[in-house]
Amino acid sequence: MSKRRLREPVSERRLRGRVSNSRTNYLAGFGSLIWLFLVGLPLYAMLVATFQSRADYAANGPLALPKTFTLDNYIRDFGNGFGQYFLNTALVTVCVVGIVVLLVPPLSYAIVRSRSRTTHMVFRLFLLGLAIPAQAVIVPMFYVMSEAGLYDNLIGVILPTAAFAMPVCALILSGVMRDITPELYEAMTMDGASSRRVFFQLVLPLSRSGLSTIIVFSALQAWNGFLFPLVLTQSADTKVITMGLYDFQTEHGVDIPGLLAAVVLSMVPILLVYLFARRALVQGLMGVGGK
Amino acid sequence: MTPTATGVNRPSFAWAAPAAVFFGLFALLPLVLVAVLSFAHWDGLSAPHFTGLDNWRTLFDDPVMLKSLWLSVLLTALGVAVQTPLSILLGVWAAGHQRNRAVLSAIYFIPLLLSAAAVSVLWRAVLDPNFGVPAHATWLFGEGNLFGEQGSAIGVLVFVSAWQFTPLHTLIYQGAARAVPRVLYQAAQIDGAGRVRQFFHITLPQLRNSVITSTILMVVGGLTTFDTVLILTQGGPGTDTTISAYYMYQKAFKNFDYGTASTIGVLLVLVATVISLIVVRLSGYDRMRSTMEGL
Repeated sequence: MSKRRLREPVSERRLRGRVSNSRTNYLAGFGSLIWLFLVGLPLYAMLVATFQSRADYAANGPLALPKTFTLDNYIRDFGNGFGQYFLNTALVTVCVVGIVVLLVPPLSYAIVRSRSRTTHMVFRLFLLGLAIPAQAVIVPMFYVMSEAGLYDNLIGVILPTAAFAMPVCALILSGVMRDITPELYEAMTMDGASSRRVFFQLVLPLSRSGLSTIIVFSALQAWNGFLFPLVLTQSADTKVITMGLYDFQTEHGVDIPGLLAAVVLSMVPILLVYLFARRALVQGLMGVGGK
Repeated sequence: MTPTATGVNRPSFAWAAPAAVFFGLFALLPLVLVAVLSFAHWDGLSAPHFTGLDNWRTLFDDPVMLKSLWLSVLLTALGVAVQTPLSILLGVWAAGHQRNRAVLSAIYFIPLLLSAAAVSVLWRAVLDPNFGVPAHATWLFGEGNLFGEQGSAIGVLVFVSAWQFTPLHTLIYQGAARAVPRVLYQAAQIDGAGRVRQFFHITLPQLRNSVITSTILMVVGGLTTFDTVLILTQGGPGTDTTISAYYMYQKAFKNFDYGTASTIGVLLVLVATVISLIVVRLSGYDRMRSTMEGL
């Protein structure tokens, strides 16, 4: 709503003139230019490095314009298993999103519409869940997954990742569902619709924006997840891409072009989503902060 | 379930049950277990056995632990001090109507898209003492290794976290700045207040709630983040950047002392819970309102 702010009348704008309008923008604009530089520089250095051979990179330094062009680093990364890590990460992401999409909408529907005390308590528990840092539970998670025989198994990564994405998703989605006017529920109930019909024919279609937000949020959590794979997996078969980056750095830290090419590879899918679903992604990102 | 005259058809608890069970098993159960393990000794091989308050006593006698607590607080405080003014400025700017603003904001948010692992690996490479920028810009970075001294290592950690998370807080402030009623600025203009005074007397006070939310997010994040430390400094030089969360990881998965590690985990949960109870209070989540305002 805030986006469609009332425009000031033209006469008033003209009265104020351009000077007062742009004065502070110089300061903030200058600050934002510095920030642009800080964000852009490492990204530039990264891209440039990935297209040079190791010898060229060492000779040219990280900031020089590239004189040669090669795709060797990317090809080498795929040879070193990054193709497999990519597939593993994609599998984890799809499963996490699947679990979230199956479980969270009915949960949010109950949170918003149910009057039962148990549901209310469940909502409180999920709010508490917002406060649990995943870092704090890695030891018992390791214990549980070892006992369950899921250590070094992608299922063992998928389950906790999905669980820890749920509180934020429930909060986002119930926020959207709460904005559905009560009159619509009443109208449907007048027609004798069951809870289930209300859910599928009213609630789900009207919370599409929230659904895409939680899909993007949980996908981002899964794709970028590092902690659970770090403590719950071990072998090359179960390595996800963030773990691939970490191991690459500890084992061949001097191969900077190859390492940075792997970083670029890990970013590509997210950047694609950013291009095509910017709004949902930005709202999902807000979710990253628990908002 | 038939609709009555007074009410409408409401979903039963069964709708929430699958999610509740799933969440209970994979998030709440580990939370209970971490509390239990904090009173036990467990090396990962034999079964855990209870040792009472031993772990807690060991921790409070452990100089590295006390140092790590201090470092956690220091890093968190530095993070808040760097990121808050920066993200308020950027957020207020991004809420305006400048040309190219959309394109620029799109670039600004890129760091937030990347995993902590990717960000840390990227910066580790860019700041590499032999192949990175410092080797080619000694006039700025000096001759030494940035990761070799406590001061500069902490500087790197604060900088990299700020690089990654400022966009998030910028988003929060941008949303809040857009929600400030236009009338306030118009009134101030009629009274002859300049842009600077408008910023301090209208914008900042109106952002109060966002400052609280964002600060608490920074505090919780700062206290628990350790992936950046793991990849950038490995807690070094020595234990000079070993913050509590990283110390916990080391205790568990390097020294196989899972009991003590759980104790540190409990400490982290306690601190984080207290802080987010404050968030819930101040931001009004518990009033069950829409959370999408200002977006």
